[in-house]
Amino acid sequence: MTATLPTPSDTTTAASPSRRRASAPRVARESPLSRASALIVMLVFTLYFLIPIWWLFIASTKSTAQLTSTAALWFADFNLIENVSSLIAYRDGVYLKWMLNSVLYAGLGALLGTLFAAMCGYALAKYSFPGRDAIFNVVLGGVLVPATALALPLFLLFSQVGLTNTFWSVFLPSLVSPFGVYLTRIFAAASVPDELLEAARLDGSGEVRTFFTISVKLMLPALVTVFLFQFVAIWNNFFLPLIMLRDETLFPVTLGLYAWNSQVNQIPELRLYVLVGAFLSIIPLIITFLLLQRFWRSGLGAGSVK
Amino acid sequence: MNVKRTLVAGAVLSAVVLSGCSSAGSTGGGDDAAASCAPSDGNVELSFTSWIPGIEEVVDVWNEANPDIQVAVQTGPNGNGGTYQNFFNQLEAGNAPDLGQIEYDALPNFRVQNGLMDLGGCEDVVVAQDDFVDWTWSQVQLGETDSVYAIPQDSGPMGMFYRADLFEENGIEIPTTWAEYKEAAKQVREAGGYITNFSQGDINQFAGFVWQAGGSWFQNDGSDWTVDLTDDASKTVADYWQELIDEDLVSTVPAWTTEWDNAYNTGAAWTWNSAVWGANSIASGAPDTAGKWSVAPLPQWNEGGSAAGNWGGSSTAVFTGSEHPYEAAKFALWLNTSEEALTMLNESANIYPATTAGLELPVLSEGVEFYGGQSIYDVFAEASAEVSSDFAWGPTMTQTYNDVSDGFKSAVSGDGTLFDALEKGQTSTIDALKAQAIPVKE
Repeated sequence: MTATLPTPSDTTTAASPSRRRASAPRVARESPLSRASALIVMLVFTLYFLIPIWWLFIASTKSTAQLTSTAALWFADFNLIENVSSLIAYRDGVYLKWMLNSVLYAGLGALLGTLFAAMCGYALAKYSFPGRDAIFNVVLGGVLVPATALALPLFLLFSQVGLTNTFWSVFLPSLVSPFGVYLTRIFAAASVPDELLEAARLDGSGEVRTFFTISVKLMLPALVTVFLFQFVAIWNNFFLPLIMLRDETLFPVTLGLYAWNSQVNQIPELRLYVLVGAFLSIIPLIITFLLLQRFWRSGLGAGSVK
Repeated sequence: MNVKRTLVAGAVLSAVVLSGCSSAGSTGGGDDAAASCAPSDGNVELSFTSWIPGIEEVVDVWNEANPDIQVAVQTGPNGNGGTYQNFFNQLEAGNAPDLGQIEYDALPNFRVQNGLMDLGGCEDVVVAQDDFVDWTWSQVQLGETDSVYAIPQDSGPMGMFYRADLFEENGIEIPTTWAEYKEAAKQVREAGGYITNFSQGDINQFAGFVWQAGGSWFQNDGSDWTVDLTDDASKTVADYWQELIDEDLVSTVPAWTTEWDNAYNTGAAWTWNSAVWGANSIASGAPDTAGKWSVAPLPQWNEGGSAAGNWGGSSTAVFTGSEHPYEAAKFALWLNTSEEALTMLNESANIYPATTAGLELPVLSEGVEFYGGQSIYDVFAEASAEVSSDFAWGPTMTQTYNDVSDGFKSAVSGDGTLFDALEKGQTSTIDALKAQAIPVKE
C-alpha cells in the first residue's frame, strides 16, 4: 500500500488540476460505484461456490423419484432423515466405515504430516549444517511434483514390499508434505527468535524440549495452516486410494462414493446414496475449517505484518 | 579395492537373481496353464475382482459349498472407471488377482498385453462351450480357434423400448424397420416429442447398431489386425442417424445425465434402442412413467428380418500369473453357468446370462411391472439368438471410443458428420496400433 502514496518527487505530476481532483476523494474513501461493483463480483462468486452445496443439500432431502421431477433448487418432501438412515443401513453400514477411514487417513495423516513438516522446516531454518540448501531445494522441487504423478511409482514400490491394499499404502504417503516444510521453514525463520533459543539453551533445555515447549507454540499459526492444507489434500485424495486399494472396507469416502456412482445404472437407489453420502462427507471439512479458521487467518496474516 | 569388488559381485549376483525370478514368473505360469490346467494340491485361495453389485453374496454361496476352494472378492469402480487400469498396474507389479471381471470390448487389450491366461487347456472349459450362446463364446476366443481367454458372463442383446401409451394416443404405428422408424420420427416430432435421443458419447450403442447391420469393426487372423470402422454397414448406420440429426428428428442430449433422465421421464423422448440392462436404467431414471413402456425388437434394415445387435456384456477372466488356473476356471464356470448363481446375479444386478439355459431362468420369464406386466425378457432372448458372431473388438478400444466420440460430438453440433468421425477414428486407431507395435493390415 505504501508504494501508491505520492512521494515528494511526484508533486510535479500531482500539480495538474485533474489529477488533484481525482485523487482527493480517493484517499478519503472509495467511490460507491467501485464499492458496489466489488460487492457484486463477490456476491456472484459466493453464489457460484455455494449453489452446488445448496443443490447437494436439497437433493439429499428428496426421494429418488423426486430427484428429476421436482425443482432442482427447492425442497420437495423432506426425506433427509430417512435417506441418511437408509444410506447408513445399506450394505451393513459400509458408508460409516468409509467415513471413519477418511477421518483416520486425513486426521492422523495430517497431524503426523504436520509434525514431521514442522520438525524438518524448523531444522532447516534454525540449524546450520552442510547440505542444508541442497535439502531445501529438493523439498521445493517436491512441491512442484503433482501427487497423481507419484501414485503409480508408489504402487510399484508398495507392491514390492507387499503393502498394497493395506491401510499403510494410503497412510504412509500422506505423511509427506513438501509444502508444509517450505511454509514452516519460512515461518520458523521469521517468528522464532534466535535469542530465545540461546536463552533456552543457557537455561539447560535440550533441543527437543526447546522445540516442543517453545518453538511449536511460536509456530502454531503456521502449523494449523499446514494441518488444514494437508487434511483437505488427504480427504480429497482420490487417485492414490484408487490405485492402491482393492478391499472395500479400506476405502476412504471419496473412492467409495465414486465406486457407487459407477454402478448407478445397475442399482438405481445408489443415485440417491451417492448424493446423500457426498453431502455428509463435506460436513467434517466444514467443521474443521470453522474450528481452525481463527488460527488459520492469523497464520496467514502474521508473516506479512512482521 | 576389496570393498569395491564385493560390491560389484553383489550387484551382479542380485541382477542375476532378479532376472531369474522375473523370467520364471512371467513364462512359468503361462506354460503350465496351456499344457495341463491341473488341479492344485490342498486347499486353494483365489482372489477375484469384480464391480457387480451383490457379487459378495453369490461368492458366499460358492465358499460355503467349496471349503477347499475359497474365493475372496474385491470390489471397486467399474472397468473403465479405474479397475482396468488397476489390473494393468497389478499385472505390471506381478500381484494381479486370480480372476477379474472384464467386458468383452476390453478383452483384446488384455490379450495383447499378455494379461490373460488361455483356458483352452482346461477340459471343463472346452466342454462348457455348448452351454453358451454362440456369439458370446466367440467374444472370448478372440479369433483363435483353440483358445478361451475368459468365461462369458452376461450379454446385452438390444431391443426397442417405447412409450406404448404415447404411440397409441397419437395413432402412430410401432416401427419394425428403420425406414418406418424415420417416418414415425416425423409423426412424433409433429406430436411435440422426439422419437429418441441420439447420445453423442455412446459409441457402444452405435457399435450395437453397426453390429446389427452386419458390420464388424475389427478382425484378427491370429497375427494381424484389420480395422474396419468405415465398412458399408457402418456407413449405412452413420448416414441414417446423420439424416435424423440434420432433420431435427432426434434430440442430442448427453447420455446418463439428469437432463437425459428428464427427457425420458417427461415424455420428451419416446423410444430408446438399448440393451436388456437398459430396462433398469429407464425404471430408475424415469420413475414417473411406470407402466407406460413396452419392448419390441430393434427396427430392421430389411423388412421381415430379425437381426439383433448387442450392447455391453462382460466375462470372467483368469489373469496371467495365477497359480491355480484349474480352480479359477472351475469357479468362473460355476459363477456363469449355475442356475443358482445366475439367478442371484440377475436379482442383484440385472445380469442377463450368456448361457442358453440362463436365458430360460424362471426369474426371466416373469412379467415386469414397470413394463405393464410384459414378459420383456422373451424379446431379448429372441434377440440374443440373432446376434452375429462376427463382430469383434480391437486392442485399443479406449482410444477408438475417445476419438470417435469426439467426432460424434462435433457432428451433433453441426461440424462434420458421423461418418467423418468414423473415418478419423479409423486412421487414429491404425496409428495407435502401430504405435504399440501391434501388427495391423491396411
